Amino acid sequence: MDVMPKWAEVVLVPLISLLLAAILSALVILAIGEDPIAAVNLMVTGALGSTYGWGYTLYYATNFMFTGLAVAVAFHAGLFNIGGEGQAMLGGLGVALVCLFIPWPHWTIAVLAATVGAAVFGALWAAIPAYLQARRGSHIVITTIMFNFIAAAVLNYMLVNILRPAGSMDPATERFPEAVHLPSLHDLLTPFGIAFSKAAPANVSLVIAVIACVLVWVLIWRTPLGLEIRSYGKSHRAASYAGIGAVRITMIAMLISGGLAGMMAINNVMGEAERLVLNAVEGAGFIGIAVALMGRSHPFGVFLAAILFGFLYQGGAELALWTSIPRELIVVIQALVILFTGALDNMVRMPLERIFLAIRRGGTT
Amino acid sequence: MNFLALFDLSVLDSTVRLAVPLLLACLAGLFSERGGIFDIGLEGKMLAAAFFSAAIAATTGSVWIGLLAGIGASLTLSAVHGVASITFRGNQLISGVAINFLAAGLTVLIAQSWFRQGGRTPSLIGGGRFEPITLPFADALTTVPFFGPLYSELISGHSILVYVALLCVPGTWYILFRTRFGLRLRAVGENPAAVDTAGVSVVGLRFAAVGICGILCGIAGAYLATGLQAGFVKDMTAGRGFIALAALIFAKWRPWHALWATLLFGYLQAIALRPDIIEGALGFKVQVQLLDAMPYILTVVILAGFVGKAIPPRAGGEPYVKER
Repeated sequence: MDVMPKWAEVVLVPLISLLLAAILSALVILAIGEDPIAAVNLMVTGALGSTYGWGYTLYYATNFMFTGLAVAVAFHAGLFNIGGEGQAMLGGLGVALVCLFIPWPHWTIAVLAATVGAAVFGALWAAIPAYLQARRGSHIVITTIMFNFIAAAVLNYMLVNILRPAGSMDPATERFPEAVHLPSLHDLLTPFGIAFSKAAPANVSLVIAVIACVLVWVLIWRTPLGLEIRSYGKSHRAASYAGIGAVRITMIAMLISGGLAGMMAINNVMGEAERLVLNAVEGAGFIGIAVALMGRSHPFGVFLAAILFGFLYQGGAELALWTSIPRELIVVIQALVILFTGALDNMVRMPLERIFLAIRRGGTT
Repeated sequence: MNFLALFDLSVLDSTVRLAVPLLLACLAGLFSERGGIFDIGLEGKMLAAAFFSAAIAATTGSVWIGLLAGIGASLTLSAVHGVASITFRGNQLISGVAINFLAAGLTVLIAQSWFRQGGRTPSLIGGGRFEPITLPFADALTTVPFFGPLYSELISGHSILVYVALLCVPGTWYILFRTRFGLRLRAVGENPAAVDTAGVSVVGLRFAAVGICGILCGIAGAYLATGLQAGFVKDMTAGRGFIALAALIFAKWRPWHALWATLLFGYLQAIALRPDIIEGALGFKVQVQLLDAMPYILTVVILAGFVGKAIPPRAGGEPYVKER
């Protein structure tokens, strides 16, 4: 029997962890001589006070949904995919190749092809670490870290030596053709009479990200494969007694994970920049770790956590613009969220379990 | 083709200097992982140490106080890692990730509010840096063929931390393989239950391992900011913590091999700075990106088991639960 009721497990523990992270963040802001309450106000108005702010918040959130889902799927299989960053970089390469070298008649077909391209490149980049983990027993965390760095080198090489248009000094591809331009939320919402900021980068990829959340939920909780992934994640040995192949599940889970991370590129590369630049991912692959931990690896949790981090990202940018607080504040908050919801989970859980035990004992006697 | 040109003295000289932070961080990881605590937060600890050593050295004018501050900062993060992964039996990898981000964010945040120079510290001058030391007879021996330049340029003329780092290699070997503490430390990384049964504290040993790791990372970071360069800049570790991790696997968790592995990776970093030498020696151009990625590729090859198998300490990454 579980010590804690389910609501405490799902809601209370993450909330307390988040609260701890928030308190520490406030202390950090105080320590550098700024007012935390004014900072929060500024973040809320900057990120949620206008459709422009919302447009950026949702744009960032779209990135984090993909990378968060990627980490979450791997977590369900008991694997820690720290390589979302590299997989998203390669996904960007896939999107760029699809958009640059095939003349698409309309964005609807192009976005489907680009999604496939991004997912395939991301999945392939996850495939080697997955194979090495499954067959050679080399630790997936170390190999995916190494593959992040190798991905950066590959992308650098491709952009500087091969994809850079002649005469350009900038290590980036040329702009994608007009036909593959993705409609922004402004374009999508205007027919419904909703005025949405034209300048904000949120685009149709958000819809694809939400669909991905639903599909991952179906996969994990409503399919036999999902059951196998979860059983393998809970106990590798029990799963192997049940006839679940370790190599097969490791490969499949990591391919899905890498594919999801790669798919982020339809948002940032195809939807926003409309060309591939060197640092297109901007750490979103790592934020996926925080998002998955906070969302308890559940797609709905990932969805909410991604929006929270989208808010933090956009709010942080506003802070950097109007105050002397640098953007790195968000990195600190992200670190604290990972620390409290991930590594220090037991610090919150142990006292709570004791309290619930005491209540139960008091109730029965 | 002239392969000898690849081993130009100036390249070898920078090899030593670039290998030192890798070596210190690698030995730091060695202590931690031999004690059964995985540490992917080497990068973060080095970065924090680099910042605080440069900041304190800039404000006090004394590099030695700076070094102590760097070690202190690194130890603080080690303590966080220890509490998370030993006391609360959390996931050591996630804790390491958190520490890396904590350091990356906090250093810039504090640097900005302290010095207001866009996230860097003022440049260190005079007593704020570790100056090169000229070993005895270095000038007198320059005229001796072959050994003279080797001694005076390659071996002499580094800062004190370089020699400290090199001495740490036999030191680590001695502690791990010739002392009781070392035996217990290795045992706690392989089979903590056995150590516990023998009446030795698993928690205490693991905290000691994490603590030593913190000190060594602190020296590594201080060397980066006060020896190799003069001051702290944002993200100045630039993945060195991860290269050290790669070197640790390459060395299969052994101190002397760690020296060779970090020298190799240091050499790759040094030669990547001199594409002209590579082209002159080999007659064709080698892509810089390939050289940058080389340590990681080599590590993946090693991990794949194509060149001997790298087996980590058996209990690494698993929290120890006393009663089952």
